[in-house]
Amino acid sequence: MDNLNDTNNQYVIFNLENESYGIAINYVETIEKISTITRIPGSQKYVEGVINLRGEVVPVVDLRKRFGFSTTEYTDETRIIILLVEDMIIGILVDSSSEVLTIEKDIIDNTSNLVNEGEDEYISGIGKVDNRMIILLDVFKIFDIETA
Amino acid sequence: MDMSQYLDIFIEESKEHLQGMNEILLKLEDTPEDKSLLNEIFRVAHTLKGMSGTMGFNNILNLTHQMENVLDELRNGKMEISSNVIDIIFECFDQLELYITQIENDMTEGNISSDTLIKKLELLLTKDNSGKKDIEVNSESSIQKNRQEIQVGEYVGNVIETAIDKKLNCYKLKISLDEKCMLKSARAYIIINSIEKIAEIVDSNPSIEDIEDEKFDLSFEIILITEHDKEDITKELTTISDIESIEFTVLKKDNITSNANKNDDQSSLKEEITSSNSSSQVEQPTENKNKKAKTNKTVRVDIDRLDNLMNLVSELIIIKTRLEDIDGSVSEDKQSMNEATEQLERITTSLHDAVMKVRMVPIERVFNRFPRMVRDLSKDLGKEISLIMSGAETEVDRTVIDEIGDPLIHLIRNSIDHGIEETEQRIKLNKDKTGTVKLTAYPDGNSVVIEVEDDGKGIDIEKVKTKALNNNVISIQQSQMMDDSQIIQLLFAPGFSTADKISDISGRGVGLDVVKTKIESLGGTVEVESIEGKGSKFIIRLPLTLAIIQALLVVVGEEKYAIPLNNIKEITTIHPEKIRRIQGNEVVLFRNTTLPILRLSKLLDVTDTNTEESEHSIVIVKKGDKTAGILVDRLIGQQEIVIKSLGKFLANINGIAGATILGNGSVALIVDTNSFF
Repeated sequence: MDNLNDTNNQYVIFNLENESYGIAINYVETIEKISTITRIPGSQKYVEGVINLRGEVVPVVDLRKRFGFSTTEYTDETRIIILLVEDMIIGILVDSSSEVLTIEKDIIDNTSNLVNEGEDEYISGIGKVDNRMIILLDVFKIFDIETA
Repeated sequence: MDMSQYLDIFIEESKEHLQGMNEILLKLEDTPEDKSLLNEIFRVAHTLKGMSGTMGFNNILNLTHQMENVLDELRNGKMEISSNVIDIIFECFDQLELYITQIENDMTEGNISSDTLIKKLELLLTKDNSGKKDIEVNSESSIQKNRQEIQVGEYVGNVIETAIDKKLNCYKLKISLDEKCMLKSARAYIIINSIEKIAEIVDSNPSIEDIEDEKFDLSFEIILITEHDKEDITKELTTISDIESIEFTVLKKDNITSNANKNDDQSSLKEEITSSNSSSQVEQPTENKNKKAKTNKTVRVDIDRLDNLMNLVSELIIIKTRLEDIDGSVSEDKQSMNEATEQLERITTSLHDAVMKVRMVPIERVFNRFPRMVRDLSKDLGKEISLIMSGAETEVDRTVIDEIGDPLIHLIRNSIDHGIEETEQRIKLNKDKTGTVKLTAYPDGNSVVIEVEDDGKGIDIEKVKTKALNNNVISIQQSQMMDDSQIIQLLFAPGFSTADKISDISGRGVGLDVVKTKIESLGGTVEVESIEGKGSKFIIRLPLTLAIIQALLVVVGEEKYAIPLNNIKEITTIHPEKIRRIQGNEVVLFRNTTLPILRLSKLLDVTDTNTEESEHSIVIVKKGDKTAGILVDRLIGQQEIVIKSLGKFLANINGIAGATILGNGSVALIVDTNSFF
């Protein structure tokens, strides 16, 4: 339990369409450079495909597609953040990822009164660090996982 | 304290013991005079009793205990080994198995009561016993020492005083464990748990944590408050074995030495008691939640195999160093490089074999439950049947072992129920009055063959035909065109059963089709051979392993896909103009049959495929009797592939059975051709 407390307020920050997003570090396994992605026919539209992660087949979700942004070419900065959620290993495709920030609970705003209903479905809050706004994501909702 | 670390071992061992007892009892039934068998059962039952007692599974404990009493009587010759006794003991085994399955599922014994069985056992004991035998009870002496100075902390002192004021009983218990007691902490945990059911523990020496960490000698002390009296507590504790003695001391106000502040507000104390109470109640369910589904599948591995694995890995490391040394610029290094690669190839092949062998389990694990089953069935049906098993040492992959049990049970039941005739009829037919069911397993190349053979009446082709017509499985025209072997195949059609009378053994129409589906899902096949009047034989052919398969790699558009070889019937090429459209479906005439054509590019939404070729490659796939041609752009070739699951997140993707990693590190998907039919 002590370990969890240490990382409780830490977020992996990544960029998408010039916005900063954060995901709780407890869910993040590794951050990988992009490799060949194999398309999965018949899967959800936002599932980009699967990659070979050191011998494991890992599904990758394109967050741009998930959030309804236009897709762009991959760059040198493009990263796949590998998450472990509910015993499932899933990667998310992001524009770039650079840092880990500590965002204390008291500087996280609740979003319910900021955006229209429906738009905040993947957002768990907005953190403000040095004039930057960081959109904190709810991983369960990104992957449509029912929380037990 | 977490008991789950012992639980896996407990479940695994209990199953082994039960299986062992079943086998011995079967032998005993044949040779009742062999006393050494009885001793053996007694020993195993005793071990089981001890184990379940240690783990706190009292239902199992009580049942095995009573069973042991009966076994003891048998052993001492005070009771006859009658078929009645053996039946009851078998029933006990079944009950125990139920308990263990329940424990495996949710860590508790469940609410299954074994009272009736215990009564039956008791009845055996009283009936066959003129000299009434005292049932030995785990004797516990409870000595009460009257006045004793007891040192307690301030808070505890207050709590006790309040309790005494409220006319609750306070006791100090000194519990000593048996010297031979293993897992002292587990035992203590059970004791504390049982006490907590009826009393509130306010203090202990050493502390509860220390007790759980086994930081005590043979005895520990507990101070408790309860509305029950001494007898109730003793009763609660007598069910636990390995307790040497319990000493009770009644706590009264005047024998507590504490620096308690008597002016303390009583109501606040009361609050603390209730709050501690509720917190302990909250703790319990969460603990249970964590424990659930923690049991893992295990494989016992021969140490030689592990050594072999270790050797191969060390060779791998040597090769790695060798490769590092090659720098590539000198020409003679090329030779060395080739050698190293060759060696690497050899090692990976051996490593693959070695790891597969580790996963292999003798099929005995499935077979050994059949003698018991056949015995029960032959009793139920009044048929005399002998089961001959061979090749039980044949090894198959662990995953196959888990899945093959049910289909085999089906087939054996089928043979006994439908195949083997009633005893009178067998005598009339001049057959041996004991029917024989043969269960044979043997490895055959890259697969394992399991045969279930009976010497019964065989399959009545006419009856199958009539039945199939009645059940609308086939039409009259079809029936006239079918030959005998095709008709026999109808047995595997859904909703088909030929038993005239429906028994609870078979005949509900869910049988052979389930067997077939199951075996096909394991990548295997089932065949039937039958000679009327002589018997029938079911032949199951299973792949040795499920993790590695032969597959055909094909290209569609720019994507590569793998099609499992065992789904492929043949490969051919056709001219595009030969494809006809019938009601929107594409078909070709191939060897005088119409073959539906499915374009893989359409099935898997592949864009930009090359359709301007003069000839199309067609992979003809089969599912049962049905075939279909799958049109692909190009064939790459046959390759051994390792099946990887797509994981939970991508479960239930239609048309895709999994994925594999190709030589260049990219992922190729495995096509599930069965889903196209």
